[in-house]
Amino acid sequence: MFSASEHLIERQKKELRYKRLLGLISLPLFFPTILIMVWLWMKGSPALSWDFITMDPIHGMKAGGIFPAIFGTFCLVFLSILITCPLAVTAAIYLSEYAPHNIWTRIIRLAILNLAGVPSIVHALFGLGAFVLFFNMGTSILAASCTLAIMNLPVLITSTLESLKSVPQAYREASWNVGASRLQTIQHIVLPNSLSGILTGLIFSVARSAGETAAILFTGVAFYLPFLPKSVFDQCMSLSMHLFTISTQVVGVPEAYPYATALVLVGLILGVNFVAVGIRFYFRTRKKW
Amino acid sequence: MNKKVEIKNLSVTYDGHTVLDNLTLDIYKNEILTIIGPANSGKSTLLKCMNRMIDFADDAKVKGQILVDGVNIYKHRDATMLRRKIGMVSPLPVGLPMSIRENVTYAPRMAGVRNKVELEEILEDCLRKAALWDEVKDRLDTLATKLSGGQQQRLTIARALSHKPEILCLDEFSIAIDPVTTMKIEQVLATLKKDLTIVLVTNVINQAKRLGDRTAMILNGVLLDLSENKKMFSNAPKDIRTQNYIEGLFG
Amino acid sequence: MRNKLSTYFHRIFSERRLELLIEACGVSCIIFILAIFVFILKEAYPFLVSKFSFSEFFFSTEWHPASVVKIRYGTLALLTGTLFVTGLSMLMAVPLGLACAFYISEFCSPKMREFYKIVIEFLAAIPSVVWGFVAIMIVNPLLIKIFNIPVGLNILNASIILALMSLPLIISIGEDALRAVPETYREAAEAMGATRWEVATKVLVPAAKNGLMAAALLGVGRALGETMAVLMATGHAIQIPHSLFDPGRTLTATIAAELGESPKGGEHYQALFAIGLLLFLVSFTVNLTADYFIRGKKNV
Repeated sequence: MFSASEHLIERQKKELRYKRLLGLISLPLFFPTILIMVWLWMKGSPALSWDFITMDPIHGMKAGGIFPAIFGTFCLVFLSILITCPLAVTAAIYLSEYAPHNIWTRIIRLAILNLAGVPSIVHALFGLGAFVLFFNMGTSILAASCTLAIMNLPVLITSTLESLKSVPQAYREASWNVGASRLQTIQHIVLPNSLSGILTGLIFSVARSAGETAAILFTGVAFYLPFLPKSVFDQCMSLSMHLFTISTQVVGVPEAYPYATALVLVGLILGVNFVAVGIRFYFRTRKKW
Repeated sequence: MNKKVEIKNLSVTYDGHTVLDNLTLDIYKNEILTIIGPANSGKSTLLKCMNRMIDFADDAKVKGQILVDGVNIYKHRDATMLRRKIGMVSPLPVGLPMSIRENVTYAPRMAGVRNKVELEEILEDCLRKAALWDEVKDRLDTLATKLSGGQQQRLTIARALSHKPEILCLDEFSIAIDPVTTMKIEQVLATLKKDLTIVLVTNVINQAKRLGDRTAMILNGVLLDLSENKKMFSNAPKDIRTQNYIEGLFG
Repeated sequence: MRNKLSTYFHRIFSERRLELLIEACGVSCIIFILAIFVFILKEAYPFLVSKFSFSEFFFSTEWHPASVVKIRYGTLALLTGTLFVTGLSMLMAVPLGLACAFYISEFCSPKMREFYKIVIEFLAAIPSVVWGFVAIMIVNPLLIKIFNIPVGLNILNASIILALMSLPLIISIGEDALRAVPETYREAAEAMGATRWEVATKVLVPAAKNGLMAAALLGVGRALGETMAVLMATGHAIQIPHSLFDPGRTLTATIAAELGESPKGGEHYQALFAIGLLLFLVSFTVNLTADYFIRGKKNV
């Protein structure tokens, strides 16, 4: 009685076929990431050494190491996160805890969405017009970091908002009910329970800004600067820019150098991503509700 | 008798849809007022108006006055002081995602109590009153969200008492608890009456009958009847709809 | 008593100030997006009122900003370059991305889904300059070998790279859209004896239509704005591409390549800001449309 009719078997076969087809399409997703990593490793690892990471570039970037670039990327990312983080978290708190359902909130959301969609080169133009020229910061680490910060803002707001929203509304209500103010509720109930999500988003945006090139192109990054910046008003090198320069602009760079630079850059970014994934995993196992 | 709360011509609309319609009602000091009525008649909304949790509903509009101790509660911008005067127990138990100890001491800590000894006293006192102390006294540091539904409900009651409210509002507190525990809490409520004014919204007619000094019947946002329990649950003349509801003919 | 009251008022007052600060942060997003528009407009303005001619800017292929003889600011070649590259990459990425979204959301076990998501996150994390590097070092020789052409830096190369780059975004937004379809729809359909494939095509596609559309549009937005990878992959040539193997140039790449050399405040510099303005407005429109598809009119 329950045996499948021929029609049903046919349909199930069809299902299996399509499922396999979709799986076959999805599988190549793995390949680019793995392929790129393997290939970078094979080509780049011969040039990778302690000296390469800790030395300054010499002979017009045709020899030496990439330390100023690593240091510069670190400075840029650190400073930009320092600017974005408080702003983004506070803005997300406003949107999730205070904003009423009205046209203003809708406009703020649209602004965030559009800010996220602005091409990075347009951000660079903005950084040049606003920070470098108008606010007179000059082409400096500060100007580049501000540009990066605004670029990261919508991403971080969105991820923070998501983790704030994941705290059940009932907890907020219970807290208000016993006479805790909105701010106390945010401080003692909402933030402690969304911290892991905020942290994960923050780390992902660290990875994102470490690889950014276009936005810092005209605002604070030097092609070649074989010494370290002394203040935030100096220019600096960056890993991503260095990779662009030695792979397209300079002739006569040993073949392994750009590979090794790319390897360091991708390795750093994927490493940071691993940390974020790890944190998310760790906190998920200790979820409190 | 002393009036604790005076509700005058209270009307509430959600998004243009009327939930409470011109409600006038006094609540006396040290009494238990039970409010009965079918679902969706605005009983919970009435409680939300009393501690101004209704402020958080964006589309709700409140008209009319509520006086607590003769002071209009809608006069101040901030409602936290009002909420500290009123303990609220919601129908679904909510244990905050922190330890049992932190849960019960949360409200006093937010009100600025720092003294450890005082906090411990409040903790034990409130848990005892909510008939939970014996079950959890050995594991006060476990997560409150790991407790069973009934235990969490009693924890909610303990939390509602922790900031020493003058008025205690309970919104169908017995939904998630077994009859034995319900009985225990009902006994506690009867003793708490000495110090507190209690407003109890309930769907269980017998609970209203057992516990209340007076009972109010609300239907579709309108106060149909308000009288002493003796009168309410006798054959005295009253609104036919109230009569039917009490006898279980509808609702 | 009085003391208590005063500390209370003090607390509320400072809390009120903090809340205003929080609100200011929220509103700042509007200010930033306006600031981007205003500052780019400010730099482009002198060009827009003096040298700018609509027909030349949009319909001339001659882009000779630094010419001694005859200075021309025609962006048609750059516009078509952008359109070609974006269109071609979307042709590859949208079907592939939505297929992946379907597979991950409907046919994967939860563990596999988790795994795929991590892979997608990693794919999304690879910076665009590395993609550009891949274009030069891998795709370029590959294209030369397969199609037997002299140079592999062309429209096709850039499109392949862009497709790979926009895949993660399309997949994750598409998957969100599919996940947003209530589980009850699936259960109802399965209870009537539909196989998962039938559920996917006959129930989920209509229900998640808008979200899938938005995923594709956001992918377009991403591809339009991409700079470094395209700069490195297209091969510099300001011309309307006639075949897949012609090199080209996009709007974004032009800004990145020329802004450094153009004197600040000069006409060329201002013209590049005008291109930036155009890009800003296009991405703005694309994003608003995507938002319209996600939310519809109803949601304020």
